[in-house]
Amino acid sequence: MSTTSVKVFVPSDTTARSLGADQVAAAVAAEANKRGVSIEIVRNGSRGLYWLEPLLEVEVDGVRHAYGPVTPADVPDLFAATFLEAAPHRLALGPTEKIEYLAKQTRLTFARVGLIDPVSLDDYRAHGGYRGLANALKMSGEQIVQAVLDSGLRGRGGAAFPTGIKWKTVLGAPADQKYVVCNADEGDSGTFADRMVMESDPYVLIEGMTIAGLAVGATRGYVYIRCEYPQAIRTMREAIERAKAAGFLGDGIQGGKGSFHLEVREAAGAYICGEETSLLESLEGKRGMVRYRPPLPAIKGLFGKPSIINNVISLASVPIILDKGAEFYKNYGLGRSRGTLTIQLAGNIKRGGLIEIPFGIPLRDILYAYGGGSATGRPIAAVQAGGPLGAYVHPTQFDTPFDYEQFAAVGAMVGHGGLVVFDDTVDMGEMARFAMEFCAIESCGKCTPCRIGAVRGVEVIDRIRSGVNESSNLALLKELCETMVSGSLCALGGMAPFPVLSVLKHFPEGLKSQAPSAGKATDRRATEQAL
Amino acid sequence: MKSAEPQQDAKVRRLAEAKAAEPGALLPILHSIQDELGYVPETAVGIVAEVLNLSRAEVHGVVTFYHFFRTHPAGKHTLYLCRAEACQSMGSRQLEQYVREKLGVDFHETTADGRFSLEPVYCLGNCACSPAVMVDETVYGRVTPERIDEIVG
Repeated sequence: MSTTSVKVFVPSDTTARSLGADQVAAAVAAEANKRGVSIEIVRNGSRGLYWLEPLLEVEVDGVRHAYGPVTPADVPDLFAATFLEAAPHRLALGPTEKIEYLAKQTRLTFARVGLIDPVSLDDYRAHGGYRGLANALKMSGEQIVQAVLDSGLRGRGGAAFPTGIKWKTVLGAPADQKYVVCNADEGDSGTFADRMVMESDPYVLIEGMTIAGLAVGATRGYVYIRCEYPQAIRTMREAIERAKAAGFLGDGIQGGKGSFHLEVREAAGAYICGEETSLLESLEGKRGMVRYRPPLPAIKGLFGKPSIINNVISLASVPIILDKGAEFYKNYGLGRSRGTLTIQLAGNIKRGGLIEIPFGIPLRDILYAYGGGSATGRPIAAVQAGGPLGAYVHPTQFDTPFDYEQFAAVGAMVGHGGLVVFDDTVDMGEMARFAMEFCAIESCGKCTPCRIGAVRGVEVIDRIRSGVNESSNLALLKELCETMVSGSLCALGGMAPFPVLSVLKHFPEGLKSQAPSAGKATDRRATEQAL
Repeated sequence: MKSAEPQQDAKVRRLAEAKAAEPGALLPILHSIQDELGYVPETAVGIVAEVLNLSRAEVHGVVTFYHFFRTHPAGKHTLYLCRAEACQSMGSRQLEQYVREKLGVDFHETTADGRFSLEPVYCLGNCACSPAVMVDETVYGRVTPERIDEIVG
C-alpha cells in the first residue's frame, strides 16, 4: 500500500442508510483498523442506483470503482480480495461511471449527486459549484430572469408552469420585501428526487435560491421541508450555516452588494402543504388551508409580499442554466418540455432509482431497459405516474413518450416525475379506493367537493365492490368525480379523481362487484350504508 | 387553565418566547415544544397563544390541523409505517397487518408497555426500496416481518 490514504466512499443518503450503509461504513473502518491500512472514508450522497445500495466505491488513480450491494459481512472478504486496489470480487461492478444505468443518463441537475461529500463546500466548488452564481453576480435581475425564460425550464413540482414567467412577475412587482420560497414538501408517493438533492448536493439548491433572490430582488428565502425527511433537514441546515460562514449567504454575497438570507422551516405532516398557497399559510404559522387565487403568490405571496415559490428540482436546475447558458439547457428535451427530467422509478421494480434524462423516452424503456421489469418477476400490470393524484397507466399505453404534453394527451401526467410500478397481483379497485381515502385524510377542508366528495367517494366505491346497486353507484361515482374535478379549489380534490377515472377506464374489473354473487350485498356494512 | 405542572409551563413559555420574534413563528414553536416534551400538551395552547398574541382557537386550530403534532404523550419510540402507493405495491398492507398484531395496537395508539407508538405516514421518500418504516428518525427499507421483529425486539 502507498502511504497516502485510499478514499472509500459509503453513501449517507437515507435510502442507502435504510439498507445498512452506516453499518457498512463502520465495518469498513473497523476492518481497515484491524489490518492497519490507512483509508479515508467519505460519506458521499447516493448515485441513485438504489437496487445496488449500499454501494461502496473506492478511488484508484482518480477512477471510482463500485461494489454493491455490500453488507457488513462482505467487508472482510472485500479487504481480503484487495478491493482497495479495485480488484475483482463477486460484488464488483467496475468503474461507477460505466455502470450502464448511470452511463446512459444525462446528469445536469444531478451532476454532483452521489459524487461529492454533500456538505463540503470545497468539493462542491471543485465540481463546478457556484459558477452559476458567479455569472449571476455580473448580471442584472432582468438578464437572469431572461436566461431562465430562455432555458424553457418549467416547474418540476408537477404543474410544469414556466419558471421564468413566475420570476418575471415577481421581478415586476414593486415591494419593500420579496421572498424566495422553496417547496420541499415532497409528499407524492414514488418521489424522492427533492430529498436526494437536499441530502446529496444541498449547495446546488442554496445556489439556485440565491440566484433567484438576486434575480427578483428578494433578500429572504425559506426552504419548507417535510418533517418525514429528518436527514434532509439536518443536511440543509448544516449546508446553510457553512455557506453563510463562507460568504455565500447573508449580506454582501461574495463581497458584492447582494443580500440573501436563507432558513429551513420544518413542515408538520400535512400533504396539502405541498400546494403552494397552503404552504405559504403554513409558513405564516397558520393551518395549511388553500388560498383563493388571484392574487397570485408572485404578486401577493408570503406575508402578502411578492414571492417566488418553486420546487427543489426547479431551483436546483437554475445554477447549471446560469453556468452553461440557456441554450445549453434548452437543447435537451422535446417539444415544449425542455431540459432534463428527473424520473424516480419506484415500487415493484427490479432496478429502482433516479434517472435523469432528456424528456421524451417511452415509458416502456424506463420500465424495462432501466428498471428491468418488476421486482417480483411478474408482469407489470399498471404504473401510477405523477404521484397519488396521477392516473394509472395501462400496459397498452407504455409506448407513450414521457413528457408533459404527450402524457397529458393520454389522460396521464408527468407530475414530479415519480413512477410507481405494480405487478399483476394489484387490486386496482382497492387502489382507486385508496386515492379517495388519501384525499379524505389529507383534504384541508376548505372546499366542499374535496372535503365531502372524497369521503363519499370511498363509500360509493365500497358499495360498488360489495355489489350494492352496482350500475347506479358506478354512474354516481363518475358524477362525483366530475364534481370534484371541476369544483375543487386546488389540485388535491381536483385531481384525486384522476386515478379513480383511470381505473374505471382501463381496469374496469377492479370497480365491479367483488362479492361472491354479484348483485347481492353480503357485506353488512355496505348494506347499512345503502339503507 | 390552571396547570398542575408549573415547571413544564415555564419550559413551554421559554421555548415560545425564544422564537416569538421570528416571522410565522407558530410552527417552529410547536416543533420545539414537541421536540422537548414529546407532545404539545393542552396547557401549551394558552401559553403559546399569549406569547404570540393569538387566540387560543387559532393555536388549537394549528396544532390539530397537522398530523405530526400530538396532544398526548407518545411511547418511548414512534414507528411510522408508510401506507402510500409505492409501499403498497410491495406488500405494505400485509406488513401493516403484521405490525398491528405484533405490537397489539392500531394506528395512533401506544403499546401497553409504553415502548412504541404506531403512526401511519404517507411516504418517507424511500420508494425505490419499499416497503419502508421509520423508527424515530431512522428509516428502514425493504422491510419484512422478520425485520420488524428485529427492529421492535
